[in-house]
Amino acid sequence: MLADNLLIIGVNHKVAPVEVREKLAHTADCENPVVAIKNIPGCRECCFLGTCNRVEVICSSTATESTAYAIRQHLFAGSGLTDEEVEKYSYLHVGREAVNHLFRVAASLDSMIVGEPQILGQLKKAYKAAAELSTVGPVLNKFINKSFSVAKRVRTETNIGSSAVSISYAAVQLAKKILGTLADKRVMLVGAGEMAELAAEHLIAHGIAGVVVANRTLERAITLAQRFNGTAVTLEGMAAELENVDILISSTGATGLVLMRDDVKPIMRQRMNRPLFLIDIAVPRDLDPKLNDLDNVYLYDIDNLKDVVEVNKSERQKEADCASRIVDEETVKFQRWLEGMDVTPTIVSLRQKADELRQAELERTLSQLKDLSPKQIKAIEVLAASITNKMLHHPIVFLKAKAAPEEQTLKLDLIRKVFALDPDPTDDEDDLLSP
Amino acid sequence: MNLLFSITFLAYILATVTYVLWFAKQQKETRLAARWILTAAGILHTMTLVARYLEVGHTPISNMHEAVSFFAWSMTWGFLLFRWRYRVKNFGTFVSVGITMLMTVAAIASKEIVPLPPALQSLWLPVHASIAIMANAFLGMGFCGGIMYLLQEREIKSRRFGIFFERLPSLEALDSLNQHCLSIGFPLLTLGIITGSIWAKQAWGTYWQWDPKETWSLITWFIYAALLHFRFTMGWRRRRAAIMSIIGFSSALFTLWGVSYLLGGVHSYAG
Repeated sequence: MLADNLLIIGVNHKVAPVEVREKLAHTADCENPVVAIKNIPGCRECCFLGTCNRVEVICSSTATESTAYAIRQHLFAGSGLTDEEVEKYSYLHVGREAVNHLFRVAASLDSMIVGEPQILGQLKKAYKAAAELSTVGPVLNKFINKSFSVAKRVRTETNIGSSAVSISYAAVQLAKKILGTLADKRVMLVGAGEMAELAAEHLIAHGIAGVVVANRTLERAITLAQRFNGTAVTLEGMAAELENVDILISSTGATGLVLMRDDVKPIMRQRMNRPLFLIDIAVPRDLDPKLNDLDNVYLYDIDNLKDVVEVNKSERQKEADCASRIVDEETVKFQRWLEGMDVTPTIVSLRQKADELRQAELERTLSQLKDLSPKQIKAIEVLAASITNKMLHHPIVFLKAKAAPEEQTLKLDLIRKVFALDPDPTDDEDDLLSP
Repeated sequence: MNLLFSITFLAYILATVTYVLWFAKQQKETRLAARWILTAAGILHTMTLVARYLEVGHTPISNMHEAVSFFAWSMTWGFLLFRWRYRVKNFGTFVSVGITMLMTVAAIASKEIVPLPPALQSLWLPVHASIAIMANAFLGMGFCGGIMYLLQEREIKSRRFGIFFERLPSLEALDSLNQHCLSIGFPLLTLGIITGSIWAKQAWGTYWQWDPKETWSLITWFIYAALLHFRFTMGWRRRRAAIMSIIGFSSALFTLWGVSYLLGGVHSYAG
C-alpha cells in the first residue's frame, strides 16, 4: 500500500531539548540536505524543513523501516548519540499519522506558540528548495501543497492566527508604554525561536535601533543576527550585554532558568535604573519570575501577553480544537486520495468512471429511441460496453506493466489526471498558486 | 469681588468636569472643549487677581485665600504654557483636578482683607511670594505626573490593565514630565528661598532665623535636591523619582499650610 510509504522523521521542541536539537547535522542555515537524503536507498521523494524549533524530513519511501533508520542516522550523524537516544529524541510518523502531522505543522498547531504564522512560510521555502533540487515528485507535490491549503483553510476558518500576531503586537505596545520611543532602544534575543523572530520583526518595523542575538552556539547567533543586521554573543556573554539593551526576548529551550533575579540586580545599578522589559516566551520558563520584583524591571511571559490581548484561554482552546477538526477532516480526505494512488484502486475507479459514463449515455440514448426491440437494445448495450472496454484496455495494461517505483507513481498520477479520477482536480491548481 | 472669584471657581469646576469626561470617553471634541474652558477660567482668574489687587492695594498674596488662589492661577498658566511646548496625554485631567482642589481651599479660606503689617510692605512681597508659589505650581504638576506614573506603573507591573493603561502616556514620557517640572520648579524654589532670605535681612535684620516655614522650605529643598542629585549620580529615576516628587510636594504643601496652622512663626500671618 502506498499510504504506508509516506513518512516523516522529525525532531521538535516537544521531544528534544535544545541541546539535542543543536547537535543535528543540519539546521535551517546549512546546505539543503535533500539530495543526500534522496540518495538513501528506498527514499523516493523527500523534502527537508529546518527551523529553530524543529527539523522535519518528509519523505515517500518503498521500504519504511530501513529508510527511516537511515534518515535518522543521517540526521544525527556526528551527534554522538546512541541509537536508543536517537529514537527517543526524534519521532517517526507513518502513513495517516504523517499526513496528520504535516497538516498540523503547516497549520501551526504544532508550534511552540500555536498559530504563529512563520512556519507556513518556512515550509513553503523548504518545498521550493526541494522542488528546485527535484527531490519531490507527484506524491509529495500533492501532499505538501495540500498541507498549504489545509493551513490556509485553518487560518480563514478559525481565529488561530490572530492570537500569535496580536501577541507580538501586544509586546510592541507594551514596550512603547514602558520605554517610550523605540528609536534609541535595543533588543536582545536570547535563544532563537519563531515567536522571538516574529516579535523582533515587529519591533524592527517600529523602529528599534539595534538587535543583539545571544545563543548557546555562536554560529546560529551570528546567522540570525545577520538577518536583523545585529550583533551576536554567546549565552555567557549575555549578562554583560544586558547593560546595553532595553528589551530582552527569551525563548531558549533550556530546562532551567537562564536569568535570575540576582544576576540582573547589580546590572540595574550599572544601567542607572534605565528600565528593562523582559519577555519570556519559552516553555518551560527562562526568566526568574522574581525579576518582576526589581524596580524598573518589567517581566512578561507568554501567558501575560496573551492576557493583554484579551483572547481568553477557553476561546483559544476552542479555536485550536476547531483547527484540529479541520486538520483531521483534511487528513481523511487526503488519505482517500493517497489510497487511490495505487494500481488496483486506480483501475477500479477507472472502470467505475467508464461504467458510469456508459450507463448514463445508454440511458439517454435508449430513452430517445422508444421503439427498439429487446434484441436491438441488447446490441447497443454490447456496443457501448465493448467500446469502453477497448478504450480502457491500453491504459490498464500501461498501469499494470512493471516499472520502477518513481515511474509507477508518475504513471498513476498521469492516468488519474487524464481521466480526472480525483473528485477535486481544481484543488491542485489552487494550492500551487497560493505560495 | 467675591462674585468674580465665584465665577472663576465655577469655570474651573466646569473645566475639570469636561477634562474628566474626556478622560472617560476619550473623544477629541471633549478635550478641545476642556482646554478652551480651562483657558477661559485662567483669563477670568487673572481678572479676579487684578480686581483683588485693586481692592486690597497690594499684591494679593498675603493671606491663605490669596496665596492658594495665586497658587491655582500659577498652576493653570504653568500648565497651559507647558502644554503649548510639550504635550502629555491626559495630563490636563490630573492638573485640572489639582487646580479645582486648590480653588476649593481658596474658596473656603477667609477672604477678609487684613491690612498689611509694616514689615511686609516691601517690593520683595510680590517677588518672593510669587516666585515661591510658582515653584509650588511646577512642583505640583510634577506631583500630578508622579501620581500618573505610579498609576500607570501599577497596571504594567501587575499585568492587569484597567482604565489607565490605554489613557496614560508611556512611563518614559511621565518620567521626563517629572524631570521637566522639576527643572523649572526646583530653580524657582531655590530662588524663592534666596529672595525670602534677602527680604528677611531687610525686614528683620537677619538672613535666616529658623522660623518653621523657613525650616520646612529648606527640608523641601533638600528632598528635591536629593532627587536631582541621585537622578544624575545613581539613576534615581522613574518610580523612585515619582515617589520622591510626591513626598517633596507633600512637604511643600506642608510648608504652605501645615506650618501656618500648626507651627506658627513669623510667616504665620502670610499664607
